[in-house]
Formats: sequence, structure tokens, C-alpha cells
Amino acid sequence: MISIKNLHKKFGDLEVLKGIDADVQKGQAIVVIGPSGSGKTTFLRCLNTLETPTSGSVTIDEQTADFSKPLSKKQIMAFRKQSAMVFQHYNLFPHMTALENVMEGPITVQKQDKKLARKKAEQLLTKVGLGEKINDYPFQLSGGQQQRVGIARALALEPKVMLFDEPTSALDPELVGEVLQVMKDLAAEGMTMVVVTHEMRFAKGVADEVLFMDEGRIIERGKPEDIFNHPTEERTKRFLSLIQKTDVI
Amino acid sequence: MKFPKNGLVKMYLNSIFSDPVRMERLVDIAQSSFLPLIEATLQFTLPLSIISFIFGLILAILTALARISTVKIFQIIARVYVSIIRGTPLLVQLFILFYGLPTLGITIDPFPAAVIGFSLNVGAYASEVIRAAILSIPKGQWEAADTIGMSYTQSLRRVILPQASRVSLPPLSNTFISLIKDTSLASLILVTEMFRVAQQIAATNYEFLLLYGQAALLYWVICFALSLVQGRLEHRFDRYVSR
Repeated sequence: MISIKNLHKKFGDLEVLKGIDADVQKGQAIVVIGPSGSGKTTFLRCLNTLETPTSGSVTIDEQTADFSKPLSKKQIMAFRKQSAMVFQHYNLFPHMTALENVMEGPITVQKQDKKLARKKAEQLLTKVGLGEKINDYPFQLSGGQQQRVGIARALALEPKVMLFDEPTSALDPELVGEVLQVMKDLAAEGMTMVVVTHEMRFAKGVADEVLFMDEGRIIERGKPEDIFNHPTEERTKRFLSLIQKTDVI
Repeated sequence: MKFPKNGLVKMYLNSIFSDPVRMERLVDIAQSSFLPLIEATLQFTLPLSIISFIFGLILAILTALARISTVKIFQIIARVYVSIIRGTPLLVQLFILFYGLPTLGITIDPFPAAVIGFSLNVGAYASEVIRAAILSIPKGQWEAADTIGMSYTQSLRRVILPQASRVSLPPLSNTFISLIKDTSLASLILVTEMFRVAQQIAATNYEFLLLYGQAALLYWVICFALSLVQGRLEHRFDRYVSR
């Protein structure tokens, strides 16, 4: 479903991604972990060209973006339609209700029929447990509720791939569970997902595969039980032991 | 400067109230000039203000977008335009348009000349307001619009400008209120707007204080009504903001 080849990204002189190769199969949930500054968020943002990679290519379901030459706006927009993103800070449109947020993509971008889009948006919001809140503005919702609207908004586009950028990092601890549950359900339904997160329990429980990144490279990848129980790389071991220490505290 | 010995207000009021004939004359003039002043307001002052504000706003949005665009030449054009308009007096701009351009063979009637002048003026000042308002919208909003597949214009129209208009409403109301009062300058390029009518009437009867007072009152009423509208709009915009 996704094929990433030799992806590089430089910000000025700083090389954040130093050649990433990865493949994601249809229906897989991939979790990307790694210390802060490892480039995992940049990597995710390269998958929908929110950051334009310096070189390399990304293929999502037969649409290839080759970054060795500059892409036209049309190419970028066509490529973006393959995926949808859920943000750390939700980035809901504050001037629209939950329902309007979810309907916005289908109506404005995909030119769908308003009634149909509305019905679909209602279903999606019900699915993420917000059937009662469809007419609330974002400021009236808790962080967890806002993030679930964010997920519904992304799903409304019927993307082939869902990208999650630390979706629970900005949430109060007691609200993390409701968002993870929605994501878990999505994975179970066979949605192809790439998730950057610090939630190791989610990685262990839901991921088909875990990528460990450090200093702009994929250091290790494998099944979650392998990565968490028998990491082969020194850096992975160090990272995991640091995380487990804080888990105990 | 010359001041009457007994205090000026007292003297003026005395001259009226102790003299029934003068009193009657003033009431007559006030009554008879009321209609022409209102007429001039409806016919020129308000249309001039509204048309110029609409054109000015469109110009302002374009200028603001040019300023924040990545195309150097757009930025430069916008900067030069704003700099020229803000760096020269409005009255001088109007005079150049109306009295100056005929020298180059370009003759514009008073009203269109005034519309052009005021639109250019509003465009420059409001562009700074709108630019600041657009820049105040978090980057995440652009990104969210990008990821749901919106084009630049769709992002602007559906996501950025609706939010920016909330931020820019108070300063833009200021611009509009200033504009309404500034239209009195159009009297100097022969637009028979309200203040010019007041001047014309005063020239026939020498009751300057009365006529200019009436004009001032009318301006104030318009601006007060506008501030009420502003309040209502702000209230409507605030429906999606916690307070």
C-alpha cells in the first residue's frame, strides 16, 4: 500500500531524515517510535508532503511522488488525496461545528452531495462516540472529544491511509483511552495506519509492526513483541529501558 | 484670537434666547436645512463610504495576500502601494486625482474620483489589518486544510478568511468609521456630499455654528449606528469562541 524509497529531508544544513526505506502492507497498522528529535514526525509529514522531502520517493496505492524533481501543485494535491492526517493539536476548524468539520472535506473538496455528506458525517461522529455532540463547536468539547472529531474528519475523506501524528500527546491522561480505543477499532477494521506515538501500550497491543527511529534513520523494525522483548540494536534497548523506567514511576 | 468678555457660550445663548426673532430664524434654518443635509447624506456620503469600503476591502485582501505571498514581485508591489498611500495625506491624494490628472489628459468626475481616492486609501490601511489577522491564524489551520485536500483558494475562503474576519472586525470597523468622516474631504473636490451642502447653506445665511453643528450631529449618528452594528457582528462571531 505504501512504499517509501530512500527518503531524505534537510532543513537548511540539518539533515533530519537520512534515507528512509519502508513498506506498509494494506490493512497494516504501523507504529513509529523513537526519542524526540529522531525525525519520526517529519517522516510522517513527508508521507503527505506537509514537508517536502529533499529526495526519494513515496508511493501510496500506485500514486507515486518522486521528490528528485519539484512537484506541481496538481501532483501534490492528487498525492495528498491518498491519505488523511490526525494532528497532535487536533487542528479542528474552530468556526465550524463538529458536524461541519467532518462535512467540510467531502463537500468543499470532493464536491459530494450535501445531504449525503451530512448523513455520512453523522454516522462517523456516532461511530467515534460523539453522536450527541454533532452541533457543538470545538471549544465546547474536551480534548479527547476534539481528537475524535479530528479522526472522524479524516475518515470522512475515505482515505487509503490514515496518518496519526502523536494523536494523544496533548491530551490529559484520563482522555487518552477514548482516543486509543477509536484507533484500535479502526485498526481492527483493517484501516492502513501509520501512527507516531509515545503510547507503548498501543504499540504493543495494536501495531502489526513497530518502527524504531533515531537520528533520521530506521534503526530497527519488527513485530511489537520482538521489538519490545528482544530488541537487537543497542539504541533500541537504551530507548526502551528509559521508557520503562518512567512507566514504573 | 478674540473671546467675548462674558464667556462665549453664555453670550451666544443670550443672543438667541433674548431675541425671539433670531430664535425663530435659527429654528427655521435648522428645519429647512435638515432635509437637504439628509438628502446629501443618502445620495453621496453613504454611497461614497459604502462603495469605497467595499472596493477598498477587496483591494486590501489582495494586497494582504500579495504581502504574504512567496512571489517577490507581488510583495514589492504591495509594499510600494501601501507605503505611498500611507505616506501621503488623503487630501493631497484626492487633489492629485481630481485637479492633477487633467494635466495628463485624464479627467475624472468628482464622485468617481472620490471613490477611487477613498478605495485606494482604505485598501492600503485595511491591508495591514487583514495581513495581521491572516498571520494570527495558527499554521495548523493551513495544514489541516491542506491534508483534507483543499487548494490555496479553498483554504482561504473556507478556513482562513472566516477566522481572520473575526480578528479584524474591530480594527476594520475603525477604518470604516474613519472613512465616513473622511468623506467630508470630498467636498473639496466638488462632491456635493453632506458637509459641502452644509457649507453651501451656511454661506447663504452665515449661521456657521448651527450648520456645522448639524453636520457634526449627523456624522455622529451614523457612526453611532455603525458601532451598534459592529457590536452585533462581534457577538455573532463570538459564538465559536469560549469566554
